[in-house]
Amino acid sequence: MREIYLSGYNNFVLPFMLGMIFVLSWCIIGAIRVILQLPKEDRKRFFMSLVNPKIMLKNIRDWFCDCLFHVKLWKRNKLLGYMHSSIAFGWFMIIVIGHIEVFLYTPERVHQIWYPIFFRYFVAVTESTMKGSFFFFLMDFFLLVILSGITLAIIKRVRSRLFGMRRTTRASITDLIGLYALWSIFPLRLLAEGFTADISGGSFLTKSLNGVLHSFLSDHMNMLPTWWAYSIALGIFMCILPFSRYMHIPAEILLIPMRNAGIKVRHARKGFAKLQVYSCPSCGVCIDACPMGAVKANIKDTTVYLNRQIKRYNEKRIEEISDKCLLCGKCTALCPVGVEGDRMRIAQRSIRKYNLSPDYSNIDENMLLERCNKFVSSTNNDVSSTQNQKVLYFAGCMTALTPVISKSTQSVLQKAGIKFEMMDKDGGICCGRPMLMAGRKEQAEEMVAKNTAIIKASGADTLLLSCPICYKIFKEKYHLEGIEVIHHTEFFDRLINEGRLSIKGSDTRFVYHDPCELGRGCGVYEEPRRVIGRAGVLVEADKNGKESICCGGSLGSLTLSFERRKALTENALNNLTVASPDVIATACPLCRSTFNRYSDRPVKDIAEIIDEATRRKNR
Amino acid sequence: MFGFRISPSSAINLDNVSRDRFSELCRIEPDALRCMACGSCSATCPAAEFSGMSVRKVLLYLQRGKEEEAFKIMNNCMLCGKCTMVCPRGINTRHLLLTICRIYEKEDRR
Repeated sequence: MREIYLSGYNNFVLPFMLGMIFVLSWCIIGAIRVILQLPKEDRKRFFMSLVNPKIMLKNIRDWFCDCLFHVKLWKRNKLLGYMHSSIAFGWFMIIVIGHIEVFLYTPERVHQIWYPIFFRYFVAVTESTMKGSFFFFLMDFFLLVILSGITLAIIKRVRSRLFGMRRTTRASITDLIGLYALWSIFPLRLLAEGFTADISGGSFLTKSLNGVLHSFLSDHMNMLPTWWAYSIALGIFMCILPFSRYMHIPAEILLIPMRNAGIKVRHARKGFAKLQVYSCPSCGVCIDACPMGAVKANIKDTTVYLNRQIKRYNEKRIEEISDKCLLCGKCTALCPVGVEGDRMRIAQRSIRKYNLSPDYSNIDENMLLERCNKFVSSTNNDVSSTQNQKVLYFAGCMTALTPVISKSTQSVLQKAGIKFEMMDKDGGICCGRPMLMAGRKEQAEEMVAKNTAIIKASGADTLLLSCPICYKIFKEKYHLEGIEVIHHTEFFDRLINEGRLSIKGSDTRFVYHDPCELGRGCGVYEEPRRVIGRAGVLVEADKNGKESICCGGSLGSLTLSFERRKALTENALNNLTVASPDVIATACPLCRSTFNRYSDRPVKDIAEIIDEATRRKNR
Repeated sequence: MFGFRISPSSAINLDNVSRDRFSELCRIEPDALRCMACGSCSATCPAAEFSGMSVRKVLLYLQRGKEEEAFKIMNNCMLCGKCTMVCPRGINTRHLLLTICRIYEKEDRR
């Protein structure tokens, strides 16, 4: 390639350079601030993860899959995935190939940052670069890919349903400026390169544009303004980037290694939480995901708006949004970036100041222990009794309101010949999860400590739970070394597999509702389905598994009143009954009682279903 | 005398207690006035066993300005939410209790 201008500089690069320097310094300062705000052990952990080859490989894979290819969006909807990945990956490739071109043809210009961006303006094609047609072709190809993505983006603004999105985020003013700047960058680039295609060379796109619009494009009076426009569009985009949703582009690059290092949200606003807020691309996937969306008034209380309000320090709205949430975790499960809407909200709740704090030091553990350390062997002589295994059954507060679950579970344990004892037959201490959800971590930890002492002293080797709310905290926050924590659905599945329980199937059609805390919270999806499959015919809901819809009774929400939950429950019921099942099966006492209130067909816990199925056999 | 005695008055002396805080509570949580004292919350409360907790009693105490008594029984509330589930008036008791923790203060710290 031959250079046209000796200096390799023209004034039109200034807007671009201004934006570039601004955005780079902003991001570097921001990254340093986020890292400094991390607690000391987290910071150490983060730096250690950067030298761990296994984590580093995962980082690289995630950078490509999440930032460039948007694999999670592809899985949601092909068009949505193509739209995002074409722009992200196409732009990335144009930057990379642009740099390769400069490196190959004009190596002395490498240190001039603007050179790869405006390469075609500064050079003229010569015979020596016949091979350059390869790169020119690639450049035009990826430009076409981006332009197709932008066309889709424009269509999406009008018809988001084509992209599998019922509702989209309402853009803020800075988002709109960024959006229009982004949209104009690439058509302007095409136009600008079309001018110089006859001098600097081009490929199928730029050359043919030059040919078609020859009378306009060959007039070099029009050339400089177009390059200026291209540079200004880039400059505007980069200057607005830190204040718009496009901040997710640089923020996600840092979020991925931090997430892979295992860093959790510790402070409501600082460090990792801040990074998550800035990583939110405002894509609006969480809006359709949110079970509260059944009522239109709740749309503004989804995670994307929480992040926006945190950016604006709007304390009143932050409190409203974070207190209303059911903490079902669906937005976290579906978020293509990995913003943890539920954890973020608990963190917001945790910085609230209370004048009165409960204190549980007056509760006597020994008195509670006395009630639950006499493990009773099963009286069922049909199966060999398991003398060695001691199961401690913690039914949980919510099960106390639906005693049929704990009765059925005990009956099944009897039949399976299990030696067990109930931990909270006559009441006991709450597991602490509801308190934790309200953001009062210290109080929750006090309860955790009390319960841990009781469980350890009881001599049990298995802790059986009926309530997924308890199950989650027992798995995550309790340190019960040597004691297996298990939910009754998993336990029944095991008993059936071991042949300790023989059940007879029926032709009743069951639909299984995945409780939030059991499915998304603890990753138990298969066992309950297997168990139900033995007792009857399992049909599926419209949205299930990871996308199951919260029953609306969740303890996560602090402000949603009884009446306002009704619409959410009815929406969840409609989702469950698409395959017209006879019975709605669930594995959570809270879901059971919530559904039972409005359901037109029986709602049963898996324990009840299994108890009935074993009875059928004996009859 | 004659097997009768005079018991101390149980009337609330408004010279000694202030109802300001309760009014504030009712402003933030209008639900507080919907309670019909049925006692469903008392029957289900797991903390009742330890500190005699009952949302009904808490509201009654606060209404009468007997704040210390209310705080004493509230001390073991675990926020489990069973009272919310059973309340026939649909009162969001969990949020009510959290609000009480926020706006009331213990006497010695005031």
